[in-house]
Amino acid sequence: MCPPAPHSDATLPCDEDIRALVTPLASLEGPLLPMLHRLQEEYGFIPANAVTVLADILNLGRAEVHGVVSFYHDFRENPAGRHVLKICRAEACQSMGSEDLARDTLARLGIDWHDTTANGSVTVEPVYCLGMCACAPAAMLDDRVVARLDRARMDKLLDEAGA
Amino acid sequence: MKIYVPMDSAAKALGADEVAEAIAHEAVARGMDVEIIRNGSRGMIWLEPLVELDAGEGRIGFGPVSVEDVPALLDGTLESHGLVEEIPFFARQNRLTFARCGVIAPLDLDAYQAHGGLAGLRRAIGMSGSEIVDEVTESGLRGRGGAGFPTGIKWKTVMLAEASQKYIVCNADEGDSGTFADRMIMEGDPFTLIEGMAIAGLAVGATKGYVYMRSEYPDAIKVMNAAVDIARQQGMLGPRVLGSDRAFDMEIRVGAGAYVCGEETSLLNSLEGKRGVVRAKPPLPALEGFMGRPTVVNNVISLATVPVVLEKGAAHYADFGHNRSRGTVTLQIAGNVRRGGLFEAGFGMTLGEIVNDIAGGTASGRPVKAVQVGGPLGAYMPVGKFHTPMGYEEFDAEGGLIGHAGLVVFDDSADMLKMARFAMEFCAIESCGKCTPCRIGAVRGVETIDRIAAGDGAATELLTDLCDTMRDGSLCALGGFTPFPVMSALSNFPDDFACRKEAAE
Ligand SMILES: Cc1cc2nc3c(=O)[nH]c(=O)nc-3n(C[C@H](O)[C@H](O)[C@H](O)COP(=O)(O)O)c2cc1C
Ligand code: SF4
Ligand code: FES
Repeated sequence: MCPPAPHSDATLPCDEDIRALVTPLASLEGPLLPMLHRLQEEYGFIPANAVTVLADILNLGRAEVHGVVSFYHDFRENPAGRHVLKICRAEACQSMGSEDLARDTLARLGIDWHDTTANGSVTVEPVYCLGMCACAPAAMLDDRVVARLDRARMDKLLDEAGA
Repeated sequence: MKIYVPMDSAAKALGADEVAEAIAHEAVARGMDVEIIRNGSRGMIWLEPLVELDAGEGRIGFGPVSVEDVPALLDGTLESHGLVEEIPFFARQNRLTFARCGVIAPLDLDAYQAHGGLAGLRRAIGMSGSEIVDEVTESGLRGRGGAGFPTGIKWKTVMLAEASQKYIVCNADEGDSGTFADRMIMEGDPFTLIEGMAIAGLAVGATKGYVYMRSEYPDAIKVMNAAVDIARQQGMLGPRVLGSDRAFDMEIRVGAGAYVCGEETSLLNSLEGKRGVVRAKPPLPALEGFMGRPTVVNNVISLATVPVVLEKGAAHYADFGHNRSRGTVTLQIAGNVRRGGLFEAGFGMTLGEIVNDIAGGTASGRPVKAVQVGGPLGAYMPVGKFHTPMGYEEFDAEGGLIGHAGLVVFDDSADMLKMARFAMEFCAIESCGKCTPCRIGAVRGVETIDRIAAGDGAATELLTDLCDTMRDGSLCALGGFTPFPVMSALSNFPDDFACRKEAAE
């Protein structure tokens, strides 16, 4: 465990923890994405201080590492809600009414895309195709994919997630 | 009795895990002797979860099966579809790439071999690199990822390049809406892909491979990782492939939610740990690819088709097909459709046959309005073009493209102006930002379509100009092909653009 740093945000892991987590991946060819995935898996987002640590380990500029983090839709720089609900907005799902379903879902939750419910239970993100195009519309709650969604099934999902 | 319940993620997304659990429970309660096998999907997605019972007289299909159906299933009172292989949708196919998918348990290497697996790799081990390349060239196999480039010719370039290290990179980014063939084969028959990559390695002299998978496919990632571990343990991968003196090993890598990373040079940047920005060509990835070394970049289906080409010979594969599109096409029938799923058959069937006959029209029962073929960069084909045969050149002649062979069906409630707007919006969201016509053009495109929707008729001409600029001035097909869906919507469905004008006047 790291000693508490005097000015650090209590939710941020310390540099040593980050280093310990990603160092085993340093020998991969092209290790940056695997490292970022490892961090996000552990903390749920990419802690701000990780950029400096990764830049140091990989001998890159901080701007370069930050550029990579910000390029990809998956990496978040702030924590999400306890669950992440990704609703598919791509064409096959649209052909089966996903836009209405998404609009109703957001209205029920009282939030917009990328927002988190007031109780912190669910963050809703758009996603473009989950490979469920023959059983659309589809969504993903954390790592679980659900298909042939309708309002009732969506309500059940939201209840499960505590929204 | 053997009972098959798919572990494919589409089946799971429709309740297959719960059904498998209920069957296990119920069987124990009844003291029945059943073996539950988790297979891949047969591709008849409208029947998923499709449960198969095998009491020694062939596999009988039931579906979609719900947890409530399980007692009747075991009583023998649930209505069946008969022998799975005789269901018309299945019986009409020529399954080469997908021959084992849905038949075996995906991670059972013995079952894989019992169904023809590894025969292609064994044959390749006894051949020279150029003999393998020639066989693939003669099969007529063209890249199934989108561009349709001949696979053998790409391999030859890499084979002839001199380098201390070469790579095989499998493009498993499958970002197109309406496509799921890559996912299905990786979840349902992962050793086929591994075998195809090993053969590619032998052909071009590459000892290392990567599969770049999209993060939206957590199940496929798990299956592929497990399959690579098993393949390594069993000597299919490693320093001595199948006991030979040839080495090949591979790793699974995961993307991070960027559509453009399916473009091969963007993918290579991403694999190297950079922003997924598109690289200018030349240099070709075949000469300067991953880490600047000669690299084969091929789609999952291209690589997964190589084993059957080597197993059965180039001529067997090439005999299927139509004109210059040889072999089979792995159609993915999706969207508002009655019978959606994966349908593998020789090229040459017409679009109308596929949509009306095989897929049975729309799920909603309303008339078909349009079919988007080839993903978000593909054209919206109107019913008037249903005579078009599935073939690269044939689609090109009709202003469309086959791409990864996904078909998304829309009924007459679809608003094509909205779909055109979505195409521009998607391009704006996913643009890598390298060139102006794509980065800025797509944003302007959305605004221009909004003007048309508000009744500004002059904006139509502006949209056409903008599409010309994007087509001619973009570095890659994201900016360059977005005009396909947009202009096909505008020219094939002018009413959806015009009525707004009248309404506003
Ligand atoms: C924006 C964009 C996205 C693409 N996405 C994919 C993809 O998800 N999968 C794929 O195999 N090819 C994709 N491609 C095509 C690849 O650039 C490349 O042509 C392909 O991987 C080559 O393999 P193949 O010859 O086996 O088809 C995409 C191209 C573009 C321009
Ligand atoms: S067309 Fe778009 S995605 Fe392709 S290189 Fe240009 S900016 Fe990037
Ligand atoms: S378009 Fe929604 S799952 Fe493919």
